[in-house]
Amino acid sequence: MTTPLLVTKRMTEYPTDSHTIDRYEATGGYAEARRSFSLTRDEIVEEVKASGLLGRGGAAFSAGLKWSFLAPARPSYLVINADESEPGTFKDRQLLERDPHQMLEGLIITAVANEVHHAFIYVRGEYAKPARRVQQAVEEAYAKGYLGQGIFDSEYDLEVIVHLGGGAYICGEETALINSLEGLRGEPRLKPPYFPAAKGLYMMPTIVNNVETVSNLSHILSMGADGYTGLTDSTDTGTFMMSLSGHVNKPGNYELPHGITWRDLIYDIGGGIRDGKELKTWIPGGASAPWFIPEEHIDLEITKDATASAGSMLGSGAVIVMDEDTCMVRAAERIVRFFSHESCGQCTPCREGTTWMEMILRRIENGEGRAVDLDLLVDVSDGISIDLAWPPKMTTICPLGPSAVSPIIALRDYFRDEVQEHVMRGGCWFPGAVKPGEAGRPMASVSGESQAGIPEGDRIEGSP
Amino acid sequence: MTSSDNINLVLITINGVEHQVPEGELLIKAAQDNGTYIPRFCWHPRMNPVGMCRMCLVEIETPRGPMMITACTNTVNDGMTVDTENPAVKKAQEAILEFLLANHPLDCPVCDKGGECPLQDQAMAYGPGESRFVEIKRTFEKPIPISDLVLLDRERCVLCARCTRFSDEISGDPLIEFKERGNKTEINTFPDLPFSSYFSGNTVQICPVGALTAKPYRFRARPWDLRKIESSSMFDTAHPRIEIHASQNEILRYTGVDIDAINHGWLSDKDRFGFEYLRSEQRISQPLMRLNGELTEVSWAEALDVVATRLQLIKDEDGGEALAVVGGANGTNEDAYALSRLAREVLETPHVDARMDDALSSHFLAATVDRALISDLDEADTILVWGPDLKEEHPTLYLRVRRAAQELGKTLVVIHPRATGLDDRATHKLTYRPGGGFALAAEIANGDHTDVVGALSLDRVVALVGIASYGDGPRLAESVAAMTRDLAGSVKILPLNSRSNTFGALDMGLAPDLHPGRLAVEKPGRDTAEIMQGLGSGEIRGLVIAGADPLRDMPDPRKAVEGLETAEYVVAVDLFHNDSNAHADVILPAAGFAEKEGTITNVEGRVQKVNQIRPAPGSARPDWSILDDLAAHMDLPLGLASAETIAKEIAESVPLYGGVTHDHLEWEARDGVVVPMEGSQPFDYVPVVLDGPQAPGAQLTLHRARTMYDDGVRLRHCHHLHRLGPGPMAHINPSDAPGLGVKAGARVRVTTSQGEGEFVAVLDEGTPPGVVYVPVNQIDGSTLGTDPVVRVRTVDPGGEP
Repeated sequence: MTTPLLVTKRMTEYPTDSHTIDRYEATGGYAEARRSFSLTRDEIVEEVKASGLLGRGGAAFSAGLKWSFLAPARPSYLVINADESEPGTFKDRQLLERDPHQMLEGLIITAVANEVHHAFIYVRGEYAKPARRVQQAVEEAYAKGYLGQGIFDSEYDLEVIVHLGGGAYICGEETALINSLEGLRGEPRLKPPYFPAAKGLYMMPTIVNNVETVSNLSHILSMGADGYTGLTDSTDTGTFMMSLSGHVNKPGNYELPHGITWRDLIYDIGGGIRDGKELKTWIPGGASAPWFIPEEHIDLEITKDATASAGSMLGSGAVIVMDEDTCMVRAAERIVRFFSHESCGQCTPCREGTTWMEMILRRIENGEGRAVDLDLLVDVSDGISIDLAWPPKMTTICPLGPSAVSPIIALRDYFRDEVQEHVMRGGCWFPGAVKPGEAGRPMASVSGESQAGIPEGDRIEGSP
Repeated sequence: MTSSDNINLVLITINGVEHQVPEGELLIKAAQDNGTYIPRFCWHPRMNPVGMCRMCLVEIETPRGPMMITACTNTVNDGMTVDTENPAVKKAQEAILEFLLANHPLDCPVCDKGGECPLQDQAMAYGPGESRFVEIKRTFEKPIPISDLVLLDRERCVLCARCTRFSDEISGDPLIEFKERGNKTEINTFPDLPFSSYFSGNTVQICPVGALTAKPYRFRARPWDLRKIESSSMFDTAHPRIEIHASQNEILRYTGVDIDAINHGWLSDKDRFGFEYLRSEQRISQPLMRLNGELTEVSWAEALDVVATRLQLIKDEDGGEALAVVGGANGTNEDAYALSRLAREVLETPHVDARMDDALSSHFLAATVDRALISDLDEADTILVWGPDLKEEHPTLYLRVRRAAQELGKTLVVIHPRATGLDDRATHKLTYRPGGGFALAAEIANGDHTDVVGALSLDRVVALVGIASYGDGPRLAESVAAMTRDLAGSVKILPLNSRSNTFGALDMGLAPDLHPGRLAVEKPGRDTAEIMQGLGSGEIRGLVIAGADPLRDMPDPRKAVEGLETAEYVVAVDLFHNDSNAHADVILPAAGFAEKEGTITNVEGRVQKVNQIRPAPGSARPDWSILDDLAAHMDLPLGLASAETIAKEIAESVPLYGGVTHDHLEWEARDGVVVPMEGSQPFDYVPVVLDGPQAPGAQLTLHRARTMYDDGVRLRHCHHLHRLGPGPMAHINPSDAPGLGVKAGARVRVTTSQGEGEFVAVLDEGTPPGVVYVPVNQIDGSTLGTDPVVRVRTVDPGGEP
């Protein structure tokens, strides 16, 4: 736990004004953006490649390598993907709200490294406050001459536009995001041929990077790739953000060194399971990721490779912890419902399959399940994600549909008995279950939760 | 094909069999061309792939093992190994079909598509056989009308995006779109914007399920009860290929046939649904003779006897010069040939014309030696359209030009007095005041409008020229062609004309200055306008009208009114009563389209065969048969036995048509034969800058042009189409409205030196300031003539406040 904080350092030390440009510059901000003009493009790209920085949007692909794929045609574009909408993920929100200049400095470095003169920040539509903070930061940077024409007294022009999303999870998928930016329906494009690095925004080469990814860049340039990789002994370099939520005593965003185990995260950092309950399962990397169970995974190292070889992913860094009182059918239904609701509707398997899965799960939960339903669920899932393999063998254009299959993998592999007991008992026995004859479908108790304990400025607008 | 020499072939393996296929081709196409059908719903060979239905999943070998991909979105590459039928692929296909059928209603017994439904067929061939979906199916209100012609049933829709892509990529009026998302996704129109496309019927044809149905066909037949025959539509001058579907001698629908040379399978709604007139109760089915002022049914023998006697009498008294023939542009070449022979050999008159005083010169139309083919549009560097709004008058050409500009990236120059359907794809667009065409051509020839000059100076230019506005007169197109010849590296000209078989009629000699085969007549006769004048002055005493309505079609109908009213003797051959044959002494009932076979020649000179599928009503007969009998009654028999033998006679006596027999078209050249231009006479030299009418200095000028839906006699008897015309409308620019004191919706009186009429005012940004646009030939049609000087006065302000 001795690794120093990088991306959350400023907001931790200066909780009241870490988002202002004055505080940012007073703590050394924009020095690396300024210095990047003395480096060649290749030097920046090579430094980032050497740092081992992985994309933090979910795919965990080498950021430097992604840059090096950019096609030579110009103009090229940069889009910062701030459409953070994966259930359980809230790290980018904090980075945007508390340290927007750190993200902007990363944006500038990325732009310079990739010859981009026009960048967009695509902020999730519901993120009103983060969007305001980012807009304010952009305006401050323009006023200082860090954005606009001839930035940092160089010959370099860089225009930045903050764009608010239209309210669809799928717009976090980079090609759907590009469509949305162009004013089209938020639907993923075909890959091939529309790889953003070749034919992205307005059919020109485009880099799409996550907020946390670019927030790391000033630190990498400042400490050098060696310094960054030297932070841990783990196979993954640097630090990473985790949004810990669910039935732990201390939920929240944590910046962590790679190399700790799930036991460290849940029991030490998260303070253990609330009310002394037993840990039943957790989702290691956002709603898309296959679930882990304590019997098999609690002592695994939290790295990309260890998670992948155990059949899941770190994704967008969202850990959702569920205790022994959690109904697995209801939890699965809630997650499948999310994906079915957010399906763009293009591909037959995702559009029809996720809805069908949701209906079957709801039937089981409500006591109308049949003995064949679990196998049917698995078979329907198979039509979206062949063999329910990991990583998925998709029958769809994008991974949204296959993501909905992750909870079914858990039901099949770990909770088969619990599902069948729902069938045999004619319904659910966990707390909060819908009684036979009662109307309505099971709902997770999130929407009505009080925000009384949350500081006034940080409350989600429009909620109680 | 064009660059077929340069295509690289690559070796791919499909289901263990090796094939050489063109590099870069979509896998689904390459497989199909080599005998492996991969099932699909969303993929259509004429549209960009979207990979949405996922039905075409196949497995390819990759270094990382087998991988499932969609065959419609991936191109072939050398060494590709594909499996389209292994257990994994079969399982995926079954899954997709089970998903598609999960929410599909069990409407098949009452669905128009049942029996010819890709979803039914592929469910049988590739589906799992039974559904495990026990939940409640998704429902929508059904069906909902989305236009005057098309109904939408969202429950049946499989969301393949064929209709949305067609309207976006092909027809250019994206009025139908996806709404909502996920399993709530639906196809729909925008609020208050119906799917009022001229091409909406194509979406019904390409819909892979019964989600889009056409009102004229709905519930009228089961596909297996239909008799089918191929033919070509005779509304559009391009003669798009169609299949006629009939049941019990009644035509129920046309479908588009995909031929590369012409229409790619697409049809305008006028061509697709314009068949209902054939079964109209108003058809003339028996010969009619005027007895005591009333048209009375008589026998063929009596009618032909009287007609022959009267025509012979005039010929005997004043010679053939006292007789004239107009029409023939709406029938087959065989009809036109018979009419031509009747005129020149039996009536012995030089006064014969298929044009209605609204066309380019017959020499320019028939004998432009560097005539463009429709397929030349795909190879051009620049396409010039200076003529009618193609979307209104030449729908097939409109689609081909749009494709060339939109999908193939060709430079497109559009010059027209107001907005046209191609403006959104035009690289350069010029507008001019009606009557100002010659001045604009002179400016371009002098090097003004550098953008346009630059575009027209490229190597390969295809120019589509015709009459853009009556105010410009008929010779502007020749000047434009000459101007383009001077600028471009090489140029091909496509002269445009508005009646379907005008080119065939001219080839058969239905022009005062042309013999069959485009041979010059030494002493030309009178054209239609001069014939009408001759009738008025008494120099011409007798007239034969064959399938024409000069009173409606001539730009200045006053010429026709006087001629027809004073004519001594008028014989008409037609399907319906019309304004012109109201003046006839005898009307002989003719067989219509699909009631006779024959050949027709389209705008590019392509001859195709049209076929018969139903009998003509009553005792109506093909024109050629009527004319043959008439000749026999005048003791100068033509000896015509059948359309087929006439075609043989044409092939022998008209060198250009050598070898173009019915047999050849039926069996060897189903896409038609382009008549060669060799042997036709050289084209007149035309100065680049011609003296023509000049734009008047008046405050307002009149623009008149045709619209797709008019008040022509055939459309008037098409139940579903006859209400679609814009009606009596006068379009003016909103900026002119205050000065004229006109509000939208007001009734206005439009007056020219040649006539006047009352119209509803439409405020329209597409009509430039200073121009009044009045569509030609609408209900309550007007007689405004060709004079572009116009006055507008409000009769009843009405309209919007």
